[in-house]
Amino acid sequence: MRTHRLALAAAFATLLAAGCGGTAESPAAAPSAPASSAPAGPVTLTYWTWAPNMDKIAAVWNQANPDIQVTVSKQAGGDDAAAKFLTAAKAGNAPDLVQAEYQHLPSFIAADAVADIAAETAAVKPEFSEGLWGLVTLGTESVYAIPQDSGPMMLYYRKDLFEKYGISVPKTWEEYAEAARTVHKADPKVYLGSFSSKDPGWFAGLAQQAGAQWWSISGDAWKVGINDAATTKVADFWGGLVQEGVIDDQPYFTPEWNKALNDGTQLSWPSAVWGPGVLESNAPKGKGKWAVAPLPQWNAGENFSGFWGGSSTAVSATSKNRAAAVKFATWLNTDPQGIDLLVKEAFVYPASGKGQAALGEPPAYFAESQPDFWQQAATIGSSARGFTFGPNVGVTYNAYKDAFDKALQDKSPFSASVGTMQDTTVADMQKSGFTLAQ
Amino acid sequence: MAGARGGAPRSAAPYLFLTPAIVLFTLFLAVPIGYTVYLALRRTRVSGLGLGRGSRREVFVGLDNLRAAVTDGELWAGWLRVLGYGLIVLVVMLGLALLFALLLDSAHVRLARFSRIAIFLPYAVPGVVASLMWGFLYLPSLTPLGGLEFLSPSALTYSMANVAVWGGTGFNMLVLYTNLRAIPRSYYEAARMDGASELAIALRVKIPILVPALILTMVFSIIATLQVFTEPTALRPFTNTISSTWSPLMKVYRDAFVTGDLYSAAATSLVIAAISLVLSFGFLRLVRGRAFGESR
Repeated sequence: MRTHRLALAAAFATLLAAGCGGTAESPAAAPSAPASSAPAGPVTLTYWTWAPNMDKIAAVWNQANPDIQVTVSKQAGGDDAAAKFLTAAKAGNAPDLVQAEYQHLPSFIAADAVADIAAETAAVKPEFSEGLWGLVTLGTESVYAIPQDSGPMMLYYRKDLFEKYGISVPKTWEEYAEAARTVHKADPKVYLGSFSSKDPGWFAGLAQQAGAQWWSISGDAWKVGINDAATTKVADFWGGLVQEGVIDDQPYFTPEWNKALNDGTQLSWPSAVWGPGVLESNAPKGKGKWAVAPLPQWNAGENFSGFWGGSSTAVSATSKNRAAAVKFATWLNTDPQGIDLLVKEAFVYPASGKGQAALGEPPAYFAESQPDFWQQAATIGSSARGFTFGPNVGVTYNAYKDAFDKALQDKSPFSASVGTMQDTTVADMQKSGFTLAQ
Repeated sequence: MAGARGGAPRSAAPYLFLTPAIVLFTLFLAVPIGYTVYLALRRTRVSGLGLGRGSRREVFVGLDNLRAAVTDGELWAGWLRVLGYGLIVLVVMLGLALLFALLLDSAHVRLARFSRIAIFLPYAVPGVVASLMWGFLYLPSLTPLGGLEFLSPSALTYSMANVAVWGGTGFNMLVLYTNLRAIPRSYYEAARMDGASELAIALRVKIPILVPALILTMVFSIIATLQVFTEPTALRPFTNTISSTWSPLMKVYRDAFVTGDLYSAAATSLVIAAISLVLSFGFLRLVRGRAFGESR
């Protein structure tokens, strides 16, 4: 018994020592791994992603490429997935490929977690719009990922209920506010929409539409402008509506909000092109009743949109099979077969210019109410403008949630929350030692 | 005697026996704590844009992180919130646990076995599941208990404490109940012969004997409430009233995994550990005389 336990402990200690040795070794070995080293025999790549059915897509690739086998590891997605990847990269056991949301990519780059694949991707650059390409280069000479999908924003609305309440689709935010008042007056239980203090990505998209530039790079310094005039305008617009009580303040994606969408007590949702999937699962009763329109504009006659979400495929800096990883990422996001699979299996709105051709039938949810869904999306998509994301988006987005939660509770002006976001972001960058322009 | 030769193995034997414990202690307690202290003294320093290789390095910053953690108003506000929450949980949960244990132990209760299991069962429900379940009951448009604002700023602490009480009462009751069952029945007979009622027996005989067990459950509960994390984290997506730093541990999580600052997280962890130690040992010291019959 005693010897048994001792042996067990000894075995355990050896195991641990071996484990420690392994992790200590890999970061040192990684940087020296040259990009062009083509190892003999089949290579196995791990791919962290949360796009649905990606394993099926990888299976198609694996069938055709016996020497590069891709294993998909399903992730939870969102901010947690980004945190997990950063932690894994720090620990030296990152996957070869990772789905990187555009807003998180700069944090990955700053943490030295993703590889610069400029040389391997020069050929596919023309396939992407300048705006999207800028999101994976941050305006530098390097390329850190291949764009996969984008999330241009548009207004989803209940066609039937808009008619019932006698409101037309708002062309400007001014009209949106009017419509919000009309609807809420007609039935105090009903709201035109909701302001979500839990979705900084949504707010960032609306700020982009208004022309905000939260971060930019000038020379060797970062410029942070989260409290710029455009963003403040957007914040105060929503703050005014919430204070008036004509817009709900339920966070999106909560059971409450789902219920409101489903039972028709919330009539619209400024969202992104991936909205149909959400509506289909969260508001099944609305099938065939929702339609889309461009976002309301700040000035009549303008035509702008922003981006909410969208992601790219990045190769991790420590991957030993970089060439193979880039090859797969290129196929997935730019090959007609890859794009076709992305659209049909993963239901994404492809970033590649070639992608439009793959979009045929409208989503089933919209088949009756908006048969030209993809044409609408394409038109709106071409009007979307984005901005460069900074290296500490996690800090900024967290500040958004806390500051706007507080503003809703204390009924304080929303512009103050934008100020908090700016201050928190700048303080964090200063603490880390980033060079800031001012 | 063979003493001279046999002496060496005899003096080595204790160490041999201790080795597994020491190895495990070192690997799984001392090393992680040491690493936390190490991290708390360091910070990433970025140069320029912070992009590209070699633009960030780890530097030694001394007590900067700890100083920042101690002077962070949000952390102390978090302690205050947890204190309010903890007081409710401790009083209500342990009070109920004691009441249930005494009731189950008294001879007159029916369905004792069923009640015992029914009260204990919530403890088997994982905290996240319990929080989500209660979360759905709290949401205004979904709750069958209409008209009450469970997640409003003023009610939040009680709503959250309710989840902990629901989940923790059964466990504490079981600890107290098993202690009660260990008391020789003859004590009660003696008390009854002296004319004591059931109530008097409970107050004058059972509770005094239970004091050490009560203190044990109290210390466990204090530590658990100081470390409250699951309930507020699981409820946070439902409501605007829970910030990302509602409890001290949530701040650690936020620093480490949301804003990517392991160093501040390590420093805050040390502060939390120190406060937990002071409070739990402070409490033990306070009641030591009563609990374990020690006297100075």
